[in-house]
Parts: sequence; structure tokens; C-alpha cells
Amino acid sequence: MRPYIAVLSANFRMMLQYRAAAFAGAVTQVFWGLIRVMVFEAFYRSSSLVHPMGLDEVVDYVWLGQAMLLLTTFGPDPHIREMIRSGNVAYELTRPTDLYGFWYVRCLAARIAPVILRAVPQLLIAGLFFGLRAPASPASGAAWIASTLAAMLLSAAFGAVISITLLWTISGEGASRFLPAVSWLLSGNIIPLPLFPEWAQGVLNVLPFRGLADTPFRIYMGHIGPGEALLPILHQVVWAAAFVLFGRWLLARAMRRVVVQGG
Amino acid sequence: MARLVRLYMHYAGISIRSQMQYRASFAMAATGHLVVTGFDFAALAVLFRRFGSLVEWSLHEVAVLYGITHVAFALAEAFARGFDVFPAMVRDGSFDRLLLRPLSTAFQVAASEIQLMRIGRLTQGLAVLGWALATGGFSLGLAHWLLVPLAILGGACLFSGLFVLSGVLSFWTIETLEVVNTVTYGGVEATQYPLSIYRPWFRHLFTFVVPLACVNFLPGAALMGMPERAGAPEWCLWLAPFAGVLFLLASLQVWRVGVRHYTSTGS
Repeated sequence: MRPYIAVLSANFRMMLQYRAAAFAGAVTQVFWGLIRVMVFEAFYRSSSLVHPMGLDEVVDYVWLGQAMLLLTTFGPDPHIREMIRSGNVAYELTRPTDLYGFWYVRCLAARIAPVILRAVPQLLIAGLFFGLRAPASPASGAAWIASTLAAMLLSAAFGAVISITLLWTISGEGASRFLPAVSWLLSGNIIPLPLFPEWAQGVLNVLPFRGLADTPFRIYMGHIGPGEALLPILHQVVWAAAFVLFGRWLLARAMRRVVVQGG
Repeated sequence: MARLVRLYMHYAGISIRSQMQYRASFAMAATGHLVVTGFDFAALAVLFRRFGSLVEWSLHEVAVLYGITHVAFALAEAFARGFDVFPAMVRDGSFDRLLLRPLSTAFQVAASEIQLMRIGRLTQGLAVLGWALATGGFSLGLAHWLLVPLAILGGACLFSGLFVLSGVLSFWTIETLEVVNTVTYGGVEATQYPLSIYRPWFRHLFTFVVPLACVNFLPGAALMGMPERAGAPEWCLWLAPFAGVLFLLASLQVWRVGVRHYTSTGS
């Protein structure tokens, strides 16, 4: 366990060096959030029908989405990408730790640190000035934290799979361009998932993407009550476990055929 | 002038040939761009399906504004992208080399990188715009058809001006300021929708400080035959796109001031 904790804390300390950049990023995202909030306000002004989600809830959803944005943008881990490009990945094989576990923790650290750094100032600003409400109840708040942790596990598992595919493709252009677009749309980051047409709901509920954003957000605002939260969180954990197993299998296959360039 | 054009073509040729060395990667990046922006419009359609209209605007009407903005931005990204990577030139001192050549620095920076990859966004923007104009049931005269390229040109100039200004900042800060993205990328995001839906301070920001309204919302309203929605006299709407050209010219003046203040970072 010790080496994993070391990786986690080293990554944390490295990320903390970029506080100014994180703050600038937070300001930019608040501006984006404002645009999105105003657009939704206008859409809600245009229609008197009852929608599956009220405007207040959509506003919460948008702000949480901006704060947690980095959970849904999984490119490959930059360090692993560099190692694979340069061939230094060979050193990784000599370490006396489980390689997948090591990479997974790396991906996890690369998610948690920047998300927390960006989310805290944004949630504060949005809460104080721009209409983000507190969690629906203490129980909702607790369930939200649990679900956010599960979202991080899922996001890291997904990121690890993408990093591992670099062992085949090296450049990673393909996956890293398409996947963020897919996951933004299907996780609810562009439009809250409950606003999608009825026929799409079944599919969206099964796919893993909602676990990255939609599930924790709706738990936060009580759209999914704390009593019903168990099953959605289980959905996140099961998908995370599935991606971990898949990543492990993929890495084991890659290692059987790895050829390290000399020099 | 002819010499400048020839030189520009030469620069462009080099840039394009270097990008074509990685054909597969280029194709992937361009398609990726197309898919990403395509999802973006799909999301807009989902919202219209749910809400019916955006205040008084229909999907077709919003699609016209959306198309104009994206085409204009894609052009600016393709031709003024050099200013976006310019801070790196200041940081490593390679800008010094440009100063030695008997050519305007703005020209050299602009010509240093022509991005073909943006063809994805361009295609998608043109498709959305074409679809909206063809099926939206607008009655378009010749003047209206001329207003379309004029608005796009004005928009491309304005976004280019913003790239120039963000490049100028690097004369003083050496770091890229992510905050500038709020008006460039944020501007694209905001002007996809009619500006009249936003709060007053936000409308004023994008009308009087960064005049994006002049190249998109105002001519768009005239184009679709609904000048009353713009809240300005009609002749104003037709002339508005020229604000983009003026903005670019002003930005280039600021660029000159910046160059005069430039001190090299050293070796």
C-alpha cells in the first residue's frame, strides 16, 4: 500500500504548485457557467410546460458540472503517454509493484487533485453569488460525497484504459479526441440528462457516463433522494470495477508483446 | 502587395505541407473536430425539442446565428492561429529573429501557422448555416445573401483581432492568460444564441467592449428579416459587420505598441 500512497501524495504536491493556473481556470469556468445559466433561464422562460427538472435544479446542475468538469474530460495520463513515447515505460516494468495498480493510482491522483483545486473556489463563488444552493439535506450531502468519490474511481478507471491503449496507438489522437465529446454529451455536462427525450433515458441510465456527472449532481439536489441513492452509486461502482478488470486484462495482453526500443 | 500575397502563399504552403506529413493524424483530428462540434449542435436540437423555442427564436433562426459564429471562428482559428502560439515565441526568444527580417512582425506571426485542422468546425458551421437558410423559410433577397459573407468576414476579423490582443498581452506577462479565453471561446459559446436572451451587463460587454454582437446578432436579425428584435435602427444592422474590421485594425495598432515595448527574454 505504501508506494501507492506515495504516488498519490507526490502527485498532489505537484498539482498544488499550479494554484494560480487553477484559480484562473476557475474564473474562466465561472464565466462559462454564467452563459449556460442564462441560456437555460431563457429556455425556461419560453415554455410553461412542466419539465422533469426545475430551473433551480438545472442551475445547481450547471454549477456542479462546471466545478467537476475535469472528471468528464479524460485524456490519457500525460506522464504515462510520455513514458510510452520515449520508451521509458521499460523502467516501470522493473518496479516491485503491480503495474496496473501503480498506473491506476497515478490516474486517480491526476483526477482528484485538480478537481478539488478547481471545484472549491468555483462552488464558493457560485454559491455566494450565482444561485447554487446547498445540498438538499445533510443526508443528501453525505450521499453526494460518496457518489463523487465513486465518480472519481470510475473516471480514473476509464482514464487508465485510455492510457493503456497508447501502448498500441502511441499518439492517442483518436481516442482522446472522440471520447471527451461523447462523455460530455452522455454524462450530462452539456445538457442535464433528465432533459433528454424519454426514449433516450433507458440507454443513458445503463451507460457508464452518467456516473461521472449526472448521478452525483442529482443526489446533491435531492432529485435522487438519499434513500434511493444506493442503486445509482452501485451502478457507478460496478462500472468502475468493470473498467478496472478490463484495464488489467488489456495491460496484461500488452505486456506479453511489448518490445522496448534500445538506445 | 503582390509580393506579400506571394510570400503568404509560400508560408502557407510550408505550413500545409508540414501538416500533411502526418496524414492519418490530420484526418483523425479534423474528423474529431467535426464530431465534437456536431455533438454540440445535437445538444442544441435536444433543447429545442424539449422547450419548443428560445423565447421568440426558433431552432432555424438560432442555427443561422450559430452557423455564422462557427464559420467565422473557424476562419480566424485557421488564419490568425499564429498569434495564439505566439507567447511561446516570446518565451524562448525566437521572436527576436522575426524582428530582424524586413517584413511586418504581425504578417510573419500570422503566416507562421495556418491550421488546416479547423476544417472540421468550418464544415460543420457551413452545414448548419446552409441547412438553416435553405429550410428556414426566410425570404432572402440579393442584399441578404451579401450580408451573410459580410457578417462572416466581420466575425473572422473580430476573432482574429482577439487573437492578436491575447498575443499582445504576452509582451508584458510572458504567460498565456487563460482569462482571455473567456472572450474568445466564451464569445463563440455566447453568440451561438441570440444576444437578447442575456442579462444587460453581458449584452453590453459583447456589444460595446468586444463587439461580437455587430458581426452576428445584429446582421443576423437584419438577414432574417426581423430587425425589430435587435433593438437598433435597421441601417445600423447592415453596417455593423464593419465593426469587426475596425476591431482588427485597432488590434494591429495595439500590436505595434506592444512590439515597441518588447524586451527580449535573453538567450
